[in-house]
Amino acid sequence: MDKIPILRMGAFLLVTIQVDLYDRLALNLEADLVQMVNKTNAKGVLIDISAVSIVDSFMGRIIGNIASMSKILDAETVVVGMQPAVAITLIELGLPLKGVHTALDMEKGMNLLRSMIDVDDENEDLESEENDFITE
Amino acid sequence: MTLNTHTLLQKKKKTILELWMKNQLADEGLREDLISNEELRSQSEELITALVGNLSGDNFSNLESDEWSPVIEILGGIAITRARQGFSPRETGNFVFSLKDAILDVLQQEITNDPATLFVESQKVNKLMDSLSVVTFETFIKGREEVILRQTDEITEISTPVIRVWEGILALPIIGTLDSARTQIVMENLLQEIVETGSSIAILDISGVPAVDSLVAQHLIKTVSATRLMGAECIISGIRPEIAQTVVHLGIDLSNIITKATLASALAYSFKVMRLEVKKVTVTKL
Amino acid sequence: MILSLSKDTVQVLKETDVVFLRNRVKEVAVKIKMGLVNQTRLLTAASELVRNMMRYANGGVCMIEVVSSGRMNGVRLTFSDSGPGIPDIAAAMRDGFSTGRSLGLGLPGTKRLVNEFDIKSKVGEGTVVTILKWANG
Repeated sequence: MDKIPILRMGAFLLVTIQVDLYDRLALNLEADLVQMVNKTNAKGVLIDISAVSIVDSFMGRIIGNIASMSKILDAETVVVGMQPAVAITLIELGLPLKGVHTALDMEKGMNLLRSMIDVDDENEDLESEENDFITE
Repeated sequence: MTLNTHTLLQKKKKTILELWMKNQLADEGLREDLISNEELRSQSEELITALVGNLSGDNFSNLESDEWSPVIEILGGIAITRARQGFSPRETGNFVFSLKDAILDVLQQEITNDPATLFVESQKVNKLMDSLSVVTFETFIKGREEVILRQTDEITEISTPVIRVWEGILALPIIGTLDSARTQIVMENLLQEIVETGSSIAILDISGVPAVDSLVAQHLIKTVSATRLMGAECIISGIRPEIAQTVVHLGIDLSNIITKATLASALAYSFKVMRLEVKKVTVTKL
Repeated sequence: MILSLSKDTVQVLKETDVVFLRNRVKEVAVKIKMGLVNQTRLLTAASELVRNMMRYANGGVCMIEVVSSGRMNGVRLTFSDSGPGIPDIAAAMRDGFSTGRSLGLGLPGTKRLVNEFDIKSKVGEGTVVTILKWANG
């Protein structure tokens, strides 16, 4: 069975979809990715769809699922490189992919993930300082 | 012996052509600026050759028959070229009408002693040439319509320039009425340019749009949503007070969209988002 | 008047046929010089319909036609299946309606992507969906 490779880079997982997805491939990706997030304790998932020419409602749902599932496992998902034609079609189809972050390319997506995680870290730091304060 | 108009015309082809050319060149409306006499002559010759070549005793009144298609094709070609070159309908029509005059003149010269036959044959020629004139006009108008359509395409193309106002910031001033077709082009251009320049902010300036109805608003919302899906932000600027009024009166929800009154404030907002600062430099004289 | 210039039928029975169908439709769309965005709309619409056909009727047949009307060229796709049929078409055409486990925007969403959309269905006999996209419409 074909698989889409998932790369690990620090706290992030990278997926580049190079082929047009058919259903089984997409479902496998969803399952594999969630497994990987859990196993590696990843903080972010980057999905590059710049080579994808079609996203229909099924694949839109898979992307939404990956984002929601990762969120439960405390990881943010960023979809990068969506083609203009795909974006227009998704909007007309009525699928704005709510809850999914987007970026123009891998680099911008990475920066976005870092900024989101930094904010979280700062919050944690604040919390721990407060905790320290209380214990003192 | 009954006279065969078609054989007569075939025999007299040269005379008709000369007469026709004389008529055309004598016409006050001759457009020497648009077409040279040689070209006119070769066009005329081509048409008349096809015309008399395809004439037969029984196809005079039936323009639907296949034998006429080469004639109609040539005539159509001439009419379309003339439409594109800017001939007036009258000038194009005279091209065919002067041929009719030439043919009728020849008939008159040949059939000298039989008024009844002359009348019948002239009627036939009249009918045929009238049908051909109708074809000419139809094709001429079609040619003009094509010119108009091409110009419309050109206008839509040049009216949507995407401007790079800063590294990472695009602006698209929209001038004129926004309809469905135009919004499509605007949206596609903008999104394509975002990909090509890697810009993360796009400003759609609608100061030049005379009115915003719910359809236009819907298109704007669609453009903003599509931009977001690609990972960029879209700001709508240049919203005049009367447009703000209509938008609210129509009950259109623009609350999910970043809107600014002027292009300047949209740019200022973009700088803030990108953590850029514009400063006044104090010049110290040495 | 719409004239049909060429015709081709593709059987869709298993999942990999979907990819084949998409490629055939794309070939035809490219041939009539359809713009990229319209191509994507057409292919996405086809993808939605073929998915419905697989999910509810275990497959069917798709007819691909190149059509022309005046100066416009377009692609017409006809999806026919012999599945259970749709009892209430009006309800199926409303946003947010679905009987299957999907997002429930298959049909109305698809309609927004194409220029012409027609659906005929008889319970127990099957469903025929026809869509048409003009090259520059």
